Amino acid sequence: MAYSDKVLDHYENPRNVGSMDKEAKNVGTGMVGAPACGDVMRLQIQVNDQGVIEDAKFKTYGCGSAIASSSLLTEWVKGKTLEEAQQIKNTQIAEELALPPVKVHCSVLAEDAIKAAVQDYAAKNAKS
Amino acid sequence: MKLPIYMDYSATTPVDPRVAELMCQYLTPDGKFGNPASRSHQFGWDADDAVEKARRDVAALLNADPKEIVWTSGATESDNLAIKGAAHFYQRQGKHIITCKTEHKAVLDTCRQLEREGFEVTYLDPESNGMIALGKLEAAMRDDTILVSIMHVNNEIGVVQDISAIGELTRARKILFHVDAAQSAGKVPLDMERQKVDLLSLSAHKIYGPKGIGALYVRRKPRVRLEAQMHGGGHERGMRSGTLATHQIVGMGEAFRIAKEEMAQENERFIKLRDRLWNGLKDMDEVYLNGDLEQRVAGNLNVSFAYVEGESLIMALKDFAVSSGSACTSASLEPSYVLRAIGREDELAHSSIRFTIGRFTTEEEIDYVINTISNQVNRLRELSPLWDMFKDGVDLKSVQWAAH
Repeated sequence: MAYSDKVLDHYENPRNVGSMDKEAKNVGTGMVGAPACGDVMRLQIQVNDQGVIEDAKFKTYGCGSAIASSSLLTEWVKGKTLEEAQQIKNTQIAEELALPPVKVHCSVLAEDAIKAAVQDYAAKNAKS
Repeated sequence: MKLPIYMDYSATTPVDPRVAELMCQYLTPDGKFGNPASRSHQFGWDADDAVEKARRDVAALLNADPKEIVWTSGATESDNLAIKGAAHFYQRQGKHIITCKTEHKAVLDTCRQLEREGFEVTYLDPESNGMIALGKLEAAMRDDTILVSIMHVNNEIGVVQDISAIGELTRARKILFHVDAAQSAGKVPLDMERQKVDLLSLSAHKIYGPKGIGALYVRRKPRVRLEAQMHGGGHERGMRSGTLATHQIVGMGEAFRIAKEEMAQENERFIKLRDRLWNGLKDMDEVYLNGDLEQRVAGNLNVSFAYVEGESLIMALKDFAVSSGSACTSASLEPSYVLRAIGREDELAHSSIRFTIGRFTTEEEIDYVINTISNQVNRLRELSPLWDMFKDGVDLKSVQWAAH
Protein backbone atom coordinates (compact mmCIF):
# COMPACT_ATOMS: atom_id res chain seq x y z
CA MET A 1 0.00 0.00 0.00
CA ALA A 2 1.53 3.31 -1.00
CA TYR A 3 0.86 6.56 0.81
CA SER A 4 -0.11 9.66 -1.11
CA ASP A 5 2.43 12.47 -1.38
CA LYS A 6 0.27 14.65 0.84
CA VAL A 7 0.15 12.06 3.60
CA LEU A 8 3.91 11.64 3.37
CA ASP A 9 4.45 15.39 3.47
CA HIS A 10 2.34 15.85 6.61
CA TYR A 11 3.89 12.79 8.20
CA GLU A 12 7.43 13.95 7.56
CA ASN A 13 6.78 17.63 8.24
CA PRO A 14 3.83 17.71 10.60
CA ARG A 15 2.36 21.17 11.07
CA ASN A 16 1.46 22.65 14.45
CA VAL A 17 2.72 19.91 16.71
CA GLY A 18 2.50 20.80 20.35
CA SER A 19 0.44 21.40 23.44
CA MET A 20 -1.49 24.23 25.00
CA ASP A 21 -2.49 24.76 28.60
CA LYS A 22 -5.62 22.66 28.78
CA GLU A 23 -6.79 24.54 31.88
CA ALA A 24 -6.78 27.89 30.09
CA LYS A 25 -10.23 29.26 29.47
CA ASN A 26 -9.60 30.20 25.85
CA VAL A 27 -8.33 26.72 24.99
CA GLY A 28 -10.51 23.82 23.90
CA THR A 29 -9.09 20.29 24.01
CA GLY A 30 -10.43 17.30 22.12
CA MET A 31 -8.92 13.90 22.74
CA VAL A 32 -10.40 11.03 20.75
CA GLY A 33 -9.56 7.43 19.92
CA ALA A 34 -8.07 4.79 22.17
CA PRO A 35 -4.68 3.12 22.48
CA ALA A 36 -6.40 -0.24 22.01
CA CYS A 37 -7.50 0.81 18.53
CA GLY A 38 -4.04 2.03 17.63
CA ASP A 39 -4.83 5.71 17.42
CA VAL A 40 -5.30 8.61 19.82
CA MET A 41 -5.61 12.21 18.64
CA ARG A 42 -5.34 15.27 20.80
CA LEU A 43 -6.37 18.52 19.16
CA GLN A 44 -6.23 21.85 20.96
CA ILE A 45 -7.63 25.16 19.76
CA GLN A 46 -7.06 28.63 21.09
CA VAL A 47 -10.11 30.84 20.58
CA ASN A 48 -10.31 34.64 20.73
CA ASP A 49 -13.16 36.77 22.02
CA GLN A 50 -14.77 36.88 18.58
CA GLY A 51 -15.06 33.09 18.56
CA VAL A 52 -12.34 32.69 15.94
CA ILE A 53 -9.72 29.95 16.23
CA GLU A 54 -6.40 31.78 16.44
CA ASP A 55 -4.13 28.82 16.89
CA ALA A 56 -4.30 25.04 16.84
CA LYS A 57 -1.96 22.32 18.05
CA PHE A 58 -2.05 18.55 17.86
CA LYS A 59 -0.36 15.41 18.99
CA THR A 60 -1.30 12.05 17.55
CA TYR A 61 -0.44 8.45 18.35
CA GLY A 62 -1.35 6.50 15.27
CA CYS A 63 -0.47 5.53 11.76
CA GLY A 64 0.83 7.94 9.15
CA SER A 65 -2.66 8.70 7.88
CA ALA A 66 -3.86 9.58 11.38
CA ILE A 67 -0.90 11.91 11.87
CA ALA A 68 -1.51 13.51 8.46
CA SER A 69 -5.26 13.90 9.11
CA SER A 70 -4.69 15.76 12.35
CA SER A 71 -1.86 17.85 10.95
CA LEU A 72 -4.04 18.92 8.02
CA LEU A 73 -6.92 19.66 10.37
CA THR A 74 -4.83 22.13 12.39
CA GLU A 75 -4.07 24.01 9.19
CA TRP A 76 -7.70 24.10 8.18
CA VAL A 77 -9.23 25.25 11.47
CA LYS A 78 -6.93 28.21 11.99
CA GLY A 79 -8.78 31.45 11.23
CA LYS A 80 -12.16 29.70 11.17
CA THR A 81 -14.98 30.49 13.57
CA LEU A 82 -16.08 27.71 15.88
CA GLU A 83 -19.19 27.38 13.77
CA GLU A 84 -17.19 26.97 10.56
CA ALA A 85 -14.71 24.57 12.13
CA GLN A 86 -17.52 22.24 13.10
CA GLN A 87 -18.62 22.06 9.49
CA ILE A 88 -15.41 20.28 8.46
CA LYS A 89 -16.31 16.81 7.26
CA ASN A 90 -14.18 13.71 7.35
CA THR A 91 -14.82 13.18 3.65
CA GLN A 92 -13.06 16.47 2.87
CA ILE A 93 -10.01 15.34 4.81
CA ALA A 94 -10.04 11.89 3.23
CA GLU A 95 -10.32 13.44 -0.21
CA GLU A 96 -7.55 16.00 0.33
CA LEU A 97 -5.16 13.33 1.58
CA ALA A 98 -6.35 10.64 -0.88
CA LEU A 99 -6.85 8.18 1.95
CA PRO A 100 -7.58 4.60 0.91
CA PRO A 101 -10.78 3.00 2.30
CA VAL A 102 -8.97 1.23 5.18
CA LYS A 103 -7.70 4.61 6.36
CA VAL A 104 -10.96 6.54 6.24
CA HIS A 105 -11.38 6.00 9.99
CA CYS A 106 -8.38 8.31 10.49
CA SER A 107 -10.30 11.19 8.92
CA VAL A 108 -13.39 10.31 10.99
CA LEU A 109 -11.23 10.58 14.06
CA ALA A 110 -10.03 14.02 12.97
CA GLU A 111 -13.62 15.21 12.53
CA ASP A 112 -14.43 13.85 15.99
CA ALA A 113 -11.40 15.67 17.40
CA ILE A 114 -12.42 19.14 16.22
CA LYS A 115 -16.00 18.58 17.42
CA ALA A 116 -14.69 17.46 20.83
CA ALA A 117 -12.35 20.47 21.07
CA VAL A 118 -15.16 22.92 20.26
CA GLN A 119 -17.43 21.22 22.80
CA ASP A 120 -14.75 21.42 25.47
CA TYR A 121 -14.27 25.12 24.78
CA ALA A 122 -18.02 25.71 24.85
CA ALA A 123 -18.46 23.80 28.10
CA LYS A 124 -15.69 25.82 29.78
CA ASN A 125 -17.20 29.11 28.67
CA ALA A 126 -20.87 28.31 29.22
CA LYS A 127 -20.80 28.93 32.97
CA SER A 128 -19.55 32.53 32.75
CA MET B 1 25.60 -0.57 2.20
CA LYS B 2 22.61 -1.11 -0.06
CA LEU B 3 19.23 0.40 0.86
CA PRO B 4 16.57 -0.67 1.63
CA ILE B 5 17.83 -3.18 4.17
CA TYR B 6 15.96 -6.48 4.36
CA MET B 7 15.29 -7.54 7.94
CA ASP B 8 12.13 -9.59 7.49
CA TYR B 9 13.61 -13.06 7.01
CA SER B 10 10.74 -14.70 8.90
CA ALA B 11 8.33 -13.49 6.24
CA THR B 12 10.46 -15.00 3.51
CA THR B 13 14.07 -15.29 2.46
CA PRO B 14 15.73 -14.68 -0.87
CA VAL B 15 16.67 -17.88 -2.67
CA ASP B 16 20.32 -18.68 -2.08
CA PRO B 17 22.17 -18.22 -5.42
CA ARG B 18 23.51 -21.79 -5.10
CA VAL B 19 19.91 -23.01 -4.87
CA ALA B 20 18.67 -20.91 -7.78
CA GLU B 21 21.48 -22.15 -10.00
CA LEU B 22 20.60 -25.77 -9.34
CA MET B 23 16.88 -25.17 -9.88
CA CYS B 24 17.53 -23.74 -13.34
CA GLN B 25 18.90 -27.13 -14.42
CA TYR B 26 15.44 -28.69 -14.15
CA LEU B 27 13.34 -26.45 -16.38
CA THR B 28 14.49 -25.95 -19.93
CA PRO B 29 14.76 -28.34 -22.92
CA ASP B 30 18.50 -28.72 -22.16
CA GLY B 31 17.70 -29.52 -18.56
CA LYS B 32 16.11 -32.41 -16.72
CA PHE B 33 12.52 -31.27 -17.18
CA GLY B 34 10.83 -34.66 -17.16
CA ASN B 35 7.89 -35.73 -15.04
CA PRO B 36 9.28 -37.72 -12.12
CA ALA B 37 6.23 -40.01 -12.38
CA SER B 38 7.16 -41.04 -15.95
CA ARG B 39 8.51 -44.54 -15.51
CA SER B 40 9.15 -45.34 -19.18
CA HIS B 41 12.02 -43.07 -20.22
CA GLN B 42 15.21 -41.33 -19.22
CA PHE B 43 13.57 -37.92 -18.78
CA GLY B 44 11.33 -39.29 -16.07
CA TRP B 45 14.11 -41.31 -14.42
CA ASP B 46 16.41 -38.26 -14.25
CA ALA B 47 13.71 -36.14 -12.67
CA ASP B 48 12.85 -38.91 -10.25
CA ASP B 49 16.52 -39.23 -9.24
CA ALA B 50 16.61 -35.51 -8.50
CA VAL B 51 13.42 -35.65 -6.45
CA GLU B 52 14.69 -38.59 -4.42
CA LYS B 53 18.04 -36.89 -3.80
CA ALA B 54 16.14 -33.85 -2.50
CA ARG B 55 13.99 -36.11 -0.34
CA ARG B 56 17.14 -37.53 1.24
CA ASP B 57 18.51 -34.03 1.87
CA VAL B 58 15.30 -32.87 3.51
CA ALA B 59 15.07 -36.04 5.60
CA ALA B 60 18.72 -35.69 6.64
CA LEU B 61 18.12 -32.31 8.25
CA LEU B 62 15.46 -33.90 10.47
CA ASN B 63 17.31 -37.18 10.95
CA ALA B 64 14.33 -38.94 9.42
CA ASP B 65 13.83 -41.67 6.83
CA PRO B 66 13.38 -40.21 3.30
CA LYS B 67 10.23 -42.36 2.98
CA GLU B 68 8.69 -40.22 5.70
CA ILE B 69 8.77 -37.04 3.58
CA VAL B 70 5.67 -36.02 1.61
CA TRP B 71 6.01 -33.07 -0.76
CA THR B 72 3.39 -30.32 -0.52
CA SER B 73 3.00 -26.76 -1.78
CA GLY B 74 4.23 -25.26 1.49
CA ALA B 75 3.78 -25.26 5.24
CA THR B 76 0.16 -24.11 5.07
CA GLU B 77 -0.76 -27.14 3.01
CA SER B 78 1.33 -29.36 5.27
CA ASP B 79 -0.52 -28.05 8.33
CA ASN B 80 -3.85 -28.66 6.63
CA LEU B 81 -2.89 -32.16 5.54
CA ALA B 82 -1.52 -33.09 8.94
CA ILE B 83 -4.38 -31.75 11.04
CA LYS B 84 -7.38 -32.49 8.81
CA GLY B 85 -5.82 -35.68 7.53
CA ALA B 86 -5.19 -37.06 11.02
CA ALA B 87 -8.49 -35.77 12.44
CA HIS B 88 -10.49 -37.38 9.65
CA PHE B 89 -8.62 -40.66 9.83
CA TYR B 90 -8.72 -41.04 13.61
CA GLN B 91 -12.10 -39.47 14.37
CA ARG B 92 -13.59 -42.75 15.52
CA GLN B 93 -11.05 -42.74 18.38
CA GLY B 94 -12.04 -39.30 19.53
CA LYS B 95 -12.77 -35.81 18.33
CA HIS B 96 -10.69 -33.64 20.63
CA ILE B 97 -7.66 -31.61 19.49
CA ILE B 98 -5.30 -29.39 21.51
CA THR B 99 -3.39 -26.44 20.11
CA CYS B 100 -2.20 -23.03 21.31
CA LYS B 101 -3.49 -19.49 20.80
CA THR B 102 -0.16 -18.32 19.36
CA GLU B 103 -0.08 -20.87 16.52
CA HIS B 104 0.09 -19.74 12.91
CA LYS B 105 -3.22 -19.08 11.19
CA ALA B 106 -2.67 -22.15 9.01
CA VAL B 107 -3.12 -24.22 12.17
CA LEU B 108 -5.74 -22.08 13.91
CA ASP B 109 -8.01 -21.70 10.91
CA THR B 110 -7.71 -25.40 10.13
CA CYS B 111 -8.78 -26.16 13.70
CA ARG B 112 -11.70 -23.74 13.35
CA GLN B 113 -12.79 -25.63 10.26
CA LEU B 114 -12.66 -28.91 12.17
CA GLU B 115 -14.80 -27.34 14.91
CA ARG B 116 -17.41 -26.62 12.26
CA GLU B 117 -17.23 -30.30 11.35
CA GLY B 118 -17.97 -31.34 14.92
CA PHE B 119 -14.51 -31.62 16.46
CA GLU B 120 -13.72 -30.00 19.78
CA VAL B 121 -10.56 -27.88 20.06
CA THR B 122 -8.77 -26.61 23.18
CA TYR B 123 -6.72 -23.46 22.56
CA LEU B 124 -4.05 -23.22 25.26
CA ASP B 125 -2.91 -19.86 26.65
CA PRO B 126 0.88 -19.51 26.59
CA GLU B 127 2.78 -18.01 29.53
CA SER B 128 3.77 -14.34 29.36
CA ASN B 129 7.15 -15.29 27.87
CA GLY B 130 5.38 -17.13 25.05
CA MET B 131 6.16 -20.64 26.31
CA ILE B 132 3.59 -23.37 26.85
CA ALA B 133 3.44 -24.70 30.41
CA LEU B 134 3.70 -28.47 30.12
CA GLY B 135 1.44 -28.91 33.16
CA LYS B 136 -1.35 -27.00 31.46
CA LEU B 137 -0.93 -29.01 28.29
CA GLU B 138 -1.04 -32.25 30.23
CA ALA B 139 -4.14 -31.11 32.11
CA ALA B 140 -5.90 -30.41 28.82
CA MET B 141 -5.37 -33.97 27.53
CA ARG B 142 -8.45 -36.21 27.65
CA ASP B 143 -9.34 -39.77 26.74
CA ASP B 144 -10.80 -38.58 23.45
CA THR B 145 -7.83 -36.36 22.52
CA ILE B 146 -6.43 -37.55 19.19
CA LEU B 147 -4.04 -34.77 18.23
CA VAL B 148 -1.84 -32.06 19.76
CA SER B 149 -0.56 -29.40 17.35
CA ILE B 150 2.15 -27.07 18.67
CA MET B 151 4.57 -25.02 16.61
CA HIS B 152 8.30 -25.34 17.20
CA VAL B 153 9.33 -21.70 16.68
CA ASN B 154 6.80 -18.91 16.77
CA ASN B 155 6.83 -16.75 13.65
CA GLU B 156 6.28 -13.47 15.50
CA ILE B 157 8.15 -13.70 18.77
CA GLY B 158 10.61 -16.47 17.88
CA VAL B 159 10.20 -18.51 21.07
CA VAL B 160 11.20 -22.18 20.80
CA GLN B 161 8.80 -24.68 22.37
CA ASP B 162 10.14 -27.81 24.03
CA ILE B 163 8.85 -30.29 21.47
CA SER B 164 10.95 -33.11 22.95
CA ALA B 165 9.12 -32.84 26.27
CA ILE B 166 5.71 -32.42 24.60
CA GLY B 167 6.40 -35.53 22.50
CA GLU B 168 6.96 -37.58 25.64
CA LEU B 169 3.57 -36.50 27.00
CA THR B 170 1.68 -37.25 23.80
CA ARG B 171 3.37 -40.55 23.04
CA ALA B 172 2.68 -41.86 26.56
CA ARG B 173 -1.03 -41.29 25.90
CA LYS B 174 -0.97 -42.47 22.26
CA ILE B 175 -1.99 -39.00 21.11
CA LEU B 176 -0.57 -37.84 17.78
CA PHE B 177 1.77 -34.85 17.89
CA HIS B 178 1.97 -32.40 14.98
CA VAL B 179 4.64 -29.69 14.90
CA ASP B 180 4.65 -26.70 12.57
CA ALA B 181 8.39 -26.35 11.97
CA ALA B 182 8.19 -23.75 9.18
CA GLN B 183 10.22 -21.29 11.27
CA SER B 184 12.55 -23.77 12.90
CA ALA B 185 13.89 -26.15 10.25
CA GLY B 186 17.45 -25.17 9.48
CA LYS B 187 17.58 -22.90 12.52
CA VAL B 188 16.98 -25.18 15.49
CA PRO B 189 18.21 -28.81 15.50
CA LEU B 190 15.54 -31.41 14.74
CA ASP B 191 15.95 -35.14 15.34
CA MET B 192 13.00 -37.34 14.48
CA GLU B 193 14.79 -40.42 15.83
CA ARG B 194 14.80 -38.95 19.31
CA GLN B 195 11.94 -36.47 19.32
CA LYS B 196 8.54 -38.13 19.49
CA VAL B 197 6.95 -36.02 16.80
CA ASP B 198 4.46 -37.77 14.50
CA LEU B 199 3.84 -35.08 11.90
CA LEU B 200 6.05 -32.09 11.09
CA SER B 201 5.37 -29.28 8.61
CA LEU B 202 8.20 -27.79 6.57
CA SER B 203 8.61 -24.87 4.22
CA ALA B 204 11.40 -24.10 1.76
CA HIS B 205 11.15 -20.35 1.44
CA LYS B 206 11.99 -19.62 5.07
CA ILE B 207 15.45 -21.10 4.62
CA TYR B 208 16.63 -19.75 1.26
CA GLY B 209 14.67 -22.14 -0.90
CA PRO B 210 11.89 -21.19 -3.34
CA LYS B 211 8.31 -20.28 -2.45
CA GLY B 212 5.54 -22.72 -3.34
CA ILE B 213 7.15 -25.88 -2.02
CA GLY B 214 7.09 -27.57 1.35
CA ALA B 215 6.86 -30.99 2.89
CA LEU B 216 5.16 -32.93 5.62
CA TYR B 217 7.09 -35.43 7.68
CA VAL B 218 4.80 -38.41 8.40
CA ARG B 219 6.20 -40.93 10.87
CA ARG B 220 6.35 -44.58 9.81
CA LYS B 221 7.23 -46.17 13.17
CA PRO B 222 4.81 -46.11 14.88
CA ARG B 223 2.87 -45.64 11.71
CA VAL B 224 0.77 -42.51 11.28
CA ARG B 225 -2.17 -42.65 8.87
CA LEU B 226 -3.72 -39.67 7.14
CA GLU B 227 -6.77 -39.16 5.03
CA ALA B 228 -5.64 -37.46 1.81
CA GLN B 229 -6.91 -33.93 1.22
CA MET B 230 -5.86 -33.86 -2.45
CA HIS B 231 -6.95 -36.74 -4.67
CA GLY B 232 -5.58 -37.69 -8.06
CA GLY B 233 -2.77 -39.83 -9.34
CA GLY B 234 -1.85 -41.31 -5.99
CA HIS B 235 1.50 -39.57 -5.77
CA GLU B 236 3.36 -39.45 -2.46
CA ARG B 237 2.01 -42.80 -1.26
CA GLY B 238 -1.51 -41.56 -1.87
CA MET B 239 -1.22 -38.83 0.71
CA ARG B 240 -0.83 -35.96 -1.73
CA SER B 241 -1.61 -36.32 -5.40
CA GLY B 242 -0.32 -33.93 -8.05
CA THR B 243 2.65 -33.88 -10.41
CA LEU B 244 5.80 -33.20 -8.45
CA ALA B 245 7.40 -29.80 -9.14
CA THR B 246 10.89 -31.07 -9.81
CA HIS B 247 12.69 -27.71 -9.88
CA GLN B 248 10.97 -26.56 -6.67
CA ILE B 249 11.74 -29.82 -4.93
CA VAL B 250 15.38 -29.71 -6.06
CA GLY B 251 15.55 -26.16 -4.67
CA MET B 252 14.12 -27.22 -1.34
CA GLY B 253 16.51 -30.16 -1.14
CA GLU B 254 19.53 -27.98 -1.85
CA ALA B 255 18.37 -25.35 0.65
CA PHE B 256 18.01 -28.02 3.33
CA ARG B 257 21.39 -29.55 2.45
CA ILE B 258 23.08 -26.16 2.84
CA ALA B 259 21.17 -25.50 6.06
CA LYS B 260 22.39 -28.74 7.59
CA GLU B 261 25.98 -27.85 6.73
CA GLU B 262 25.92 -24.22 7.78
CA MET B 263 23.34 -24.01 10.54
CA ALA B 264 25.71 -24.13 13.50
CA GLN B 265 28.08 -21.39 12.34
CA GLU B 266 25.22 -19.32 10.95
CA ASN B 267 23.43 -19.39 14.30
CA GLU B 268 26.52 -18.17 16.07
CA ARG B 269 26.70 -15.22 13.72
CA PHE B 270 22.95 -14.48 14.07
CA ILE B 271 23.14 -14.44 17.85
CA LYS B 272 25.98 -11.94 17.73
CA LEU B 273 24.01 -9.71 15.36
CA ARG B 274 20.82 -10.03 17.36
CA ASP B 275 22.58 -9.22 20.63
CA ARG B 276 24.16 -6.22 18.97
CA LEU B 277 20.72 -5.03 17.87
CA TRP B 278 19.11 -5.62 21.27
CA ASN B 279 22.01 -3.98 23.11
CA GLY B 280 21.62 -0.96 20.86
CA LEU B 281 17.91 -0.62 21.57
CA LYS B 282 17.31 -1.82 25.10
CA ASP B 283 18.62 1.27 26.87
CA MET B 284 16.03 3.55 25.31
CA ASP B 285 13.11 4.49 27.58
CA GLU B 286 10.08 2.21 27.59
CA VAL B 287 11.36 -0.49 25.28
CA TYR B 288 10.08 -4.01 25.84
CA LEU B 289 11.21 -7.35 24.46
CA ASN B 290 8.35 -9.62 23.43
CA GLY B 291 8.92 -13.31 24.08
CA ASP B 292 11.59 -15.13 26.03
CA LEU B 293 15.18 -14.11 25.23
CA GLU B 294 16.75 -17.46 26.12
CA GLN B 295 14.26 -19.87 24.53
CA ARG B 296 14.43 -18.04 21.25
CA VAL B 297 15.48 -18.69 17.67
CA ALA B 298 18.75 -16.93 16.83
CA GLY B 299 17.52 -14.51 14.17
CA ASN B 300 14.43 -13.03 15.83
CA LEU B 301 13.99 -9.88 17.88
CA ASN B 302 10.50 -8.56 18.62
CA VAL B 303 10.43 -5.25 20.43
CA SER B 304 7.69 -2.89 21.57
CA PHE B 305 8.44 0.82 21.63
CA ALA B 306 5.75 2.06 23.99
CA TYR B 307 3.68 5.12 23.02
CA VAL B 308 4.67 4.88 19.36
CA GLU B 309 2.27 3.21 16.96
CA GLY B 310 3.87 0.43 14.95
CA GLU B 311 2.70 1.36 11.51
CA SER B 312 3.84 4.96 11.82
CA LEU B 313 7.19 3.66 12.99
CA ILE B 314 7.43 1.36 10.02
CA MET B 315 6.68 4.32 7.80
CA ALA B 316 9.61 6.13 9.39
CA LEU B 317 11.79 3.11 8.78
CA LYS B 318 11.29 3.22 5.05
CA ASP B 319 14.92 2.33 4.47
CA PHE B 320 14.43 -1.09 5.90
CA ALA B 321 11.95 -3.92 5.69
CA VAL B 322 10.60 -5.07 9.06
CA SER B 323 7.13 -6.05 10.16
CA SER B 324 4.76 -4.75 12.83
CA GLY B 325 2.36 -6.41 15.22
CA SER B 326 0.01 -3.53 14.65
CA ALA B 327 -2.76 -4.39 12.26
CA CYS B 328 -3.84 -0.87 11.45
CA THR B 329 -3.21 -1.71 7.81
CA SER B 330 -5.91 -4.36 7.87
CA ALA B 331 -9.55 -3.46 8.27
CA SER B 332 -9.74 -5.04 11.71
CA LEU B 333 -7.66 -2.60 13.79
CA GLU B 334 -6.87 -5.62 15.96
CA PRO B 335 -3.23 -5.78 17.00
CA SER B 336 -1.24 -9.00 16.83
CA TYR B 337 -3.15 -11.91 18.36
CA VAL B 338 0.16 -13.47 19.37
CA LEU B 339 1.17 -10.48 21.47
CA ARG B 340 -2.29 -10.31 23.00
CA ALA B 341 -2.16 -14.01 23.83
CA ILE B 342 1.05 -13.49 25.84
CA GLY B 343 -0.73 -10.74 27.74
CA ARG B 344 0.77 -7.65 26.14
CA GLU B 345 -1.42 -4.56 26.56
CA ASP B 346 -2.91 -3.26 23.35
CA GLU B 347 -0.62 -0.22 23.35
CA LEU B 348 2.46 -2.41 23.43
CA ALA B 349 1.04 -4.82 20.88
CA HIS B 350 0.36 -1.91 18.53
CA SER B 351 3.87 -0.61 19.14
CA SER B 352 5.78 -3.73 18.22
CA ILE B 353 8.36 -4.28 15.50
CA ARG B 354 9.68 -7.66 14.46
CA PHE B 355 13.26 -7.74 13.22
CA THR B 356 14.38 -10.99 11.66
CA ILE B 357 18.00 -11.42 10.74
CA GLY B 358 19.24 -13.79 8.06
CA ARG B 359 22.04 -15.08 5.89
CA PHE B 360 22.74 -11.76 4.20
CA THR B 361 22.44 -9.40 7.20
CA THR B 362 25.59 -7.43 8.07
CA GLU B 363 26.85 -5.67 11.18
CA GLU B 364 26.79 -2.39 9.30
CA GLU B 365 23.09 -2.87 8.61
CA ILE B 366 22.40 -3.55 12.28
CA ASP B 367 24.15 -0.33 13.30
CA TYR B 368 22.22 1.66 10.73
CA VAL B 369 18.95 0.21 12.03
CA ILE B 370 19.79 1.02 15.65
CA ASN B 371 20.62 4.59 14.76
CA THR B 372 17.49 5.15 12.67
CA ILE B 373 15.18 3.54 15.22
CA SER B 374 16.49 5.68 18.07
CA ASN B 375 15.99 8.88 16.10
CA GLN B 376 12.57 8.00 14.74
CA VAL B 377 11.16 6.66 18.00
CA ASN B 378 12.14 9.92 19.67
CA ARG B 379 10.62 11.96 16.86
CA LEU B 380 7.32 10.05 16.97
CA ARG B 381 7.16 10.22 20.74
CA GLU B 382 7.34 14.00 20.49
CA LEU B 383 4.20 13.66 18.36
CA SER B 384 2.47 11.25 20.73
CA PRO B 385 -0.12 12.43 23.26
CA LEU B 386 0.38 9.13 25.09
CA TRP B 387 4.06 9.90 25.60
CA ASP B 388 3.04 13.30 27.06
CA MET B 389 0.66 11.61 29.42
CA PHE B 390 3.24 9.04 30.43
CA LYS B 391 5.75 11.80 31.14
CA ASP B 392 3.11 13.60 33.24
CA GLY B 393 2.62 10.43 35.25
CA VAL B 394 -0.87 9.66 33.96
CA ASP B 395 -1.79 5.99 34.19
CA LEU B 396 -3.18 5.22 30.75
CA LYS B 397 -5.29 2.42 32.15
CA SER B 398 -7.17 4.91 34.34
CA VAL B 399 -8.23 7.00 31.35
CA GLN B 400 -11.73 6.56 29.94
CA TRP B 401 -11.06 6.20 26.22
CA ALA B 402 -13.67 6.98 23.64
CA ALA B 403 -13.17 3.77 21.69
CA HIS B 404 -14.36 3.81 18.12
